[in-house]
Amino acid sequence: MSHADDHAGTRRDFLYYATAGAGAVAAGAAGWTLINQMNPSADVQALASIQVDVSSVTEGTQLTVKWLGKPVFIRRRTQEEIDTARADDGATMIDPNSQNANKPGTNSDDINRSLDEAGEWLVQIGVCTHLGCVPIGDGAGDFGGWFCPCHGSHYDTSGRIRRGPAPENMHVPVAEFVNETTIQLG
Amino acid sequence: MSGIPHDHYEPKTGIERWLHRRLPIVGLLYDTLMIPTPKNLNWWWIWGIVLAFCLVLQIATGIVLAMHYTPHVDLAFASVEHIMRNVNGGYMLRYLHANGASLFFLAVYIHIFRGLYYGSYKAPREVTWIIGMLIYLCMMGTAFMGYVLPWGQMSFWGATVITGLFGAIPGIGPDIQTWLLGGPAVDNATLNRFFSLHYLLPFVIAALVIVHIWAFHHTGNNNPTGIEVRRTSKEEAERDTLPFWPYFVIKDLFAMALILVVFFAIVGFMPNYLGHPDNYIEANALATPAHIVPEWYFLPFYAILRAFTADVWLVQLVSFVTFGIIDAKFFGVIAMFGAIIVMALVPWLDTSRVRSGRYRPQFKWWFWIFAVNFVVLTWAGAMPAEGIYPYISLVGAAYWFAYFLVILPLLGVIEKPEPMPATIEEDFNDHYGPKAHPAE
Repeated sequence: MSHADDHAGTRRDFLYYATAGAGAVAAGAAGWTLINQMNPSADVQALASIQVDVSSVTEGTQLTVKWLGKPVFIRRRTQEEIDTARADDGATMIDPNSQNANKPGTNSDDINRSLDEAGEWLVQIGVCTHLGCVPIGDGAGDFGGWFCPCHGSHYDTSGRIRRGPAPENMHVPVAEFVNETTIQLG
Repeated sequence: MSGIPHDHYEPKTGIERWLHRRLPIVGLLYDTLMIPTPKNLNWWWIWGIVLAFCLVLQIATGIVLAMHYTPHVDLAFASVEHIMRNVNGGYMLRYLHANGASLFFLAVYIHIFRGLYYGSYKAPREVTWIIGMLIYLCMMGTAFMGYVLPWGQMSFWGATVITGLFGAIPGIGPDIQTWLLGGPAVDNATLNRFFSLHYLLPFVIAALVIVHIWAFHHTGNNNPTGIEVRRTSKEEAERDTLPFWPYFVIKDLFAMALILVVFFAIVGFMPNYLGHPDNYIEANALATPAHIVPEWYFLPFYAILRAFTADVWLVQLVSFVTFGIIDAKFFGVIAMFGAIIVMALVPWLDTSRVRSGRYRPQFKWWFWIFAVNFVVLTWAGAMPAEGIYPYISLVGAAYWFAYFLVILPLLGVIEKPEPMPATIEEDFNDHYGPKAHPAE
């Protein structure tokens, strides 16, 4: 019964491999459909860009808006906050990257974090880079910026991580002023 | 089914014989229920029945709760309140389900620690142990997703933190996290799929439980001595064992009655004691509760997750060696899952050929430190991540890994075990025989 010596290249082998191959492709295609259905649906993806009126934001206050299911902090910083942040530019940073989607690849100097040259407007995704909690603002934490209550990450007035388990500075999303009082996110 | 010689089912009536020739299901149930069980089992062996009860309780209450619950971000929180206030007996069903999860985990932890002390994981019961660990993982997944469903603040932020763990994986992490959530953050898509999976997983657990029972019915139960039942003849086996029904069923049911007294006292008089007040505030994506804590049964692993911060030298070393690919965040995630993986691998890490901790004088000490350490980690996990607490968590996490990776492998080599009884019968007579308890 054994055909160990002449098993290569028979029609039956070909049919085995072809059947197994077709089965694998079909299973893969079916499996991918079942996996891909869990990715973001079209209506979730459609909300990728919004405009925010910031005319009511006065110096030293913060507006929190929801964008892509996450809070975005839009802070109009005081001169004191700007000075503190810029004075700390030389300090050792846990994350030396600006994490600014508008200025990829730049270092964590405060000038690279803010939306405008003067540093008045700081726009960042209000999500701790550790495990995704919303940090508390208005001068919280040991560095006068934000403090994440979940696992104790301290951010400075530039939103840079200074102490705690978070690995990165708070991310700055793609943002720009479309007119004097309106910021577009995304 | 069992390797221990015993009487098998004999169909007696005509209809029994008719069925038995076509489907031997009565014989399967008979052999399962009448399995010869070591007669020296102590009270630590009752938790298996409690676990089976918990699974049935959770599935039964869960199915009826699902008849009144709505998995939508705008309606979920209100539908839970609807269950509490409007549904007939709904408050009781929900409190039973919520506290049933706690009883389930209490039972599984005692069950696991019993296995660790008496060496139930050792050959030939490794597969029983591994399946048990898979059940435990499924329980954690089910409990986590179930806690998200009421859509309170702890639900929402717990889901954010735990799915964030997957986002910590270098490279593909953020894509996996988005895939799990169905969007950039925890939202309606997340709630919907968690409801679907929370309903599915208990049935996966039920299937695994059947395999778990099948496996240890094949090898026979372990027992407090760790000595195997004599199998050379049915007469010898019968001197070491008693049938599961009625001897152990009645004993287990008696213990469960006592446990249920406490359980129903908690359900009836302090149903929210183990919960968090924050979960009675509806989920809000723009405000994090001041102190996010998981349910108590996750706290030891939560403590391990938080223990490894960027200022721990080991974290810095690993980060340096891997060129920053494994940062503090990912290290914590690895440590948390690693803690469960080393526990699952204990059959191959423990080198001692003596099964039961009863005859291992040094092991006893390390084991009880391990048990106390587990309680300390639970406590540290509930504390804020400031001050002394991360340091306590770090020491606890270090002991956890040392126990499995250093102490158990070494003890088997250096420890001199104490003399053991030759048979289970001998041990039984020492403990419960005529000498210990003179006949009335």
